[in-house]
Amino acid sequence: MRVPLSWINEFAQIPSSLSPEEISDAFVRIGFEVEEIELLGEGLKGPVVVGVVKQIDEITEFKKAIRWVELDCGEGESRFVICGATNFAIEDLVVVALPGAVLPGDFVISQRETYGKISNGMICSSRELGLGQDHDGILVLPKGSATPGDDALALLETHDIVFDIAVNPDRGYALSVRGMAREIAAALGTKFTDPASLVDTANFPLSNEGVSVSIDDPTATSVIYVRSLAGFDQGATTPLWMSRKIEKCGMRSISLAVDITNFVMLELGQPLHAFDSDKIRGSLHIRRAGKTRTLKTLDGQMRTLSAEDLVVSDDERPLALAGTMGGEESEVDGQTTAMSIEAARFDPISVARNSKSHRIPSEASKRFERGVDHALAEVASARALELMIRLGGAHHVGTHMSGKVTALPSVEFDPNFASVLTGAVISPETVQEKLEVVGCTVVKVNDSQWTISPPTWRSDLQSPSDLVEEVARMIGYQAIPSLLPPRQVSPGLTASQSRQRAISTFLADRGLVEIQTYPFVSAETMQLMGFSGTRSRALKIANPMSEDAPLLRTHLIPGLLEAATRNVGRGAKDFALFEIGSIFRFGELNEEVIVPGVACRPSEKEIAGIYASVPEQPIHLGAVFVGNSEREGWQGKARSYDWNDAIALVTSILDTCKIEWTIKSSDFAPWHPGRCAEILVAGKVVAHAGELHPRVVAAYGLPARACAAVLNMSSLPERTLVRAKFLGTMPIAVQDIALIVDEHISARRVENALREGAGELLESIRLFDRYDQIGEGKVSLAFTLTFRAPDRTLTAAEVSQMRESAAKLAFEATGAIVRTA
Amino acid sequence: MTSTDDLLRWVKEALSAIAEANDLDELKVERIAHFGDKSPIALASRALGALPAGERAAAGKLIGDAKSSVAEAIAQRTTILEAERDARTLLEEVVDISLPSDRVRLGALHPLTILRNEINDFFIAQGYGVAEGPELESEWLNFDALNMPADHPARSMQDTFFIEPAQAHLVLRTHTSPVQIRTMLESEPPIYVICPGRTFRADELDATHTPVFHQVEGLVVDRGISMAHLKGTLDLFAQKMFGDEVTTRLRPSYFPFTEPSAEVDVFFNGRWIEWGGCGMVNPKVLIASGIDPSKYSGFAFGMGLERTLMVRHGITDMHDIVEGDIRFSRAFGVDI
Repeated sequence: MRVPLSWINEFAQIPSSLSPEEISDAFVRIGFEVEEIELLGEGLKGPVVVGVVKQIDEITEFKKAIRWVELDCGEGESRFVICGATNFAIEDLVVVALPGAVLPGDFVISQRETYGKISNGMICSSRELGLGQDHDGILVLPKGSATPGDDALALLETHDIVFDIAVNPDRGYALSVRGMAREIAAALGTKFTDPASLVDTANFPLSNEGVSVSIDDPTATSVIYVRSLAGFDQGATTPLWMSRKIEKCGMRSISLAVDITNFVMLELGQPLHAFDSDKIRGSLHIRRAGKTRTLKTLDGQMRTLSAEDLVVSDDERPLALAGTMGGEESEVDGQTTAMSIEAARFDPISVARNSKSHRIPSEASKRFERGVDHALAEVASARALELMIRLGGAHHVGTHMSGKVTALPSVEFDPNFASVLTGAVISPETVQEKLEVVGCTVVKVNDSQWTISPPTWRSDLQSPSDLVEEVARMIGYQAIPSLLPPRQVSPGLTASQSRQRAISTFLADRGLVEIQTYPFVSAETMQLMGFSGTRSRALKIANPMSEDAPLLRTHLIPGLLEAATRNVGRGAKDFALFEIGSIFRFGELNEEVIVPGVACRPSEKEIAGIYASVPEQPIHLGAVFVGNSEREGWQGKARSYDWNDAIALVTSILDTCKIEWTIKSSDFAPWHPGRCAEILVAGKVVAHAGELHPRVVAAYGLPARACAAVLNMSSLPERTLVRAKFLGTMPIAVQDIALIVDEHISARRVENALREGAGELLESIRLFDRYDQIGEGKVSLAFTLTFRAPDRTLTAAEVSQMRESAAKLAFEATGAIVRTA
Repeated sequence: MTSTDDLLRWVKEALSAIAEANDLDELKVERIAHFGDKSPIALASRALGALPAGERAAAGKLIGDAKSSVAEAIAQRTTILEAERDARTLLEEVVDISLPSDRVRLGALHPLTILRNEINDFFIAQGYGVAEGPELESEWLNFDALNMPADHPARSMQDTFFIEPAQAHLVLRTHTSPVQIRTMLESEPPIYVICPGRTFRADELDATHTPVFHQVEGLVVDRGISMAHLKGTLDLFAQKMFGDEVTTRLRPSYFPFTEPSAEVDVFFNGRWIEWGGCGMVNPKVLIASGIDPSKYSGFAFGMGLERTLMVRHGITDMHDIVEGDIRFSRAFGVDI
């Protein structure tokens, strides 16, 4: 809300010694964020006076129309100026900057010769005076609003300070000069006069005359006043003091009738709506739209109404979207002389739904959504009538009302609770003073039992905590001491958190770079990956950032590939990326989710239902390898990443975590069908790794043979205690063995057979060579077997016997034949 | 019979030749010449046996002395020449130690990970646990339980991503507060936890906003917890993040789930920076989670990790954090 200091000063005595920054600090201290302080009239200096146009001489000899204007500026003799604008006539009141004046932008006015004449000043536009950007033409003042020679700067209230203040949603009352003045007066400890108290509602009593009103849906409106007037002067214009206030608050001056409703809304915080009484058929009704289908709103839009929309209607049709925007059919226009001013206390939720479903964030809806003062409808409508009569020459026809002012429940409050909850020592006297300054009534039952009645504009004050906040912000949060809570014993990181940290550090040590990507993917990406069957489905965001990527990721690889492509595009050649994050498993969502209330803890069944409604989101680790793992350099040739690096990433993680695993070849998108491994733990697939499908690699524009691995961290077994092994110190015996096997037999199978056949004294086995040039679909696999006995040096005979036993089992299991030199 | 003079001359010649040997090869030649099997001293030694027994002892001693002085000279010279040879060899094996060691490039953690680890460690040291929860979350846990009923203005204030179909009541969590609710539903006070994690709001990506970001929230529920405890905790946390000299400021604000509520600012590098939101847990939130507000009170706070990182490290563009450019992570390594 933009609010000018001059207007605040009408109701709050703010010491003139305070700088704008000091006032701003006071607002911030009590919870109002000042987004901007605007110094109006900065760089504007007189003499700038009011002049009346006496004579206009059109000069036509130049390319552009020029006027030679004779002005009466109250100086006794005429003043002549050249003017390039034409939107004024003889007898108009204009604003004239005299020589010596300075306009914003350091524009110094002096007597000068132009178009062959001596111009003795300048007729100003709003823009040139820094009043606003709206009007390019000359500012013409309302007739009779000033006399020639008047100081135009004072008349136009050009110099002011405007605070642009962010108002939190619980403080609807502060969206008004009334609310802001009350707050700043409280913050500064100065006197506040409530503008609502200055309105005499007794002048406009209820009567049977005028337009009547009924509340058809009492859940939507607690109280409504409709005050009818007639005899409004169609020619009456908005006085400068009013239009300037409206403009300083960031709204536009439109017509006297509309300006008065806006002015009262800004001043008091009650949105009003003026209907043309002659266009109302019968009475006004507050009701749900029901079967009514359409309403053309003031912005010219034809709105399709839903049954639940709250409308103000007459006996036949809807006239306005309640609390949100008026309709064209009942609009006040230049011919209107009879009006009905509606002031209501609409239900915040109903207006919020109106505003949200029709996308109309109006000044009115903003206030209704946040809750308008329950008792303000009567006062604000009277204030509007006062102004219609005073400025528009109208008279009161009659006032109708319906409903009643909601009484806010009182709060039982122990004043000591303020000290308990804040941790500051706050005396009961201070608690009382601060509650009263925000408008509460305090009734003391005894020292620890007070009954607090919140003022009608503070429906947010419902609990002792709400009251403590009022006290705390009024004494200032800086008064609260800084203490540490009692120290607990931390459980530390959970096992899976520790493991995740260890693994990410391990990967960084191995040269992988961690990145984070958005979890949004497109249907095209899913298809490109080659995901089929249930894997092709994903959860969908109803309102995605981009219609191109409305799906939640089911896999980490697409995001990693996109990042890899970006890195390649930025000049990177050789790198490996990893990401650890949630993926979102597709599942049929439960459409009958229970939404329990919040008045107590939900039942265990309800809690279980809520938990079960949330789809599974396992944590995955994904990695992508691009280019070379070892770069070419002075030590030798480069070595490129290959499918085996991707597998090694997974198996080394499992090994460091001491998790037993097995490996199988796999055909799994988006990997190369012949170069993909699945890694299993306890018979369950936990990872896929290998070379990516060439089609995918090409689609992302990555170097050929890019590789990838994905490990489902959530499916890994929990950490168990590792038992120490006996470390033998007896000498080792090393035996090499080369076997010829069919090329389709996996090395892992041969190794497993050898291991089993070699017996318990085999300490380790390692494949050290693979030779695939022997033909006939055979390969040679060479292993080193290392034996050690715990208690003795092994004899040559023993070792040779174990080697033979290993070879025998390998032959039986895989058909491997020992290769002889 | 060898004369004493001969013997002395041979010794002298031998010592001189040994001393003049320039390397081990030359020394070997001289050793053979002066101390080898065919050297005069060796021949003389071999001739001892022919001497009469009475002379043998004296002559033997003379030759023995001569042999040991030559042997010692050879040994000493050998030591010297070997040392010279070794020194020369090492000199020849010198390498250019400035050659790059860059065959394998260093990896890095994402700075947000490092920051999260740092924050976790800090709060663990303060006695907290680290709680995590799902990113795709039930509306009840993300909103209702946090005193944000449907149509509450604060609910539309946060630009929420909703999941189809709407009846499933699922959202991408707009804060990590649902983890606080889960923690309160699953455990009894005293509760001391932080909830780090990824959160979502439909903001366009620009220099300071991202639709996917990270928060760390803290929750304490215990007997006698006051705003002073909140303030003390935030002061310490701010010092950990921004240095001991930083000061904090609480400003009254509004959040549905806290009452009183505050924004916390830090004065860092000469200006006030909005850091996060905080307050005393709204009794309505405690009640919805089954905690008796007449016995327990609590505080909660929440900060953006991206914002903390940007302020602390002078990062000016959010794009750098979210785009996965390896140069960004690498610049931070594994320790910030």
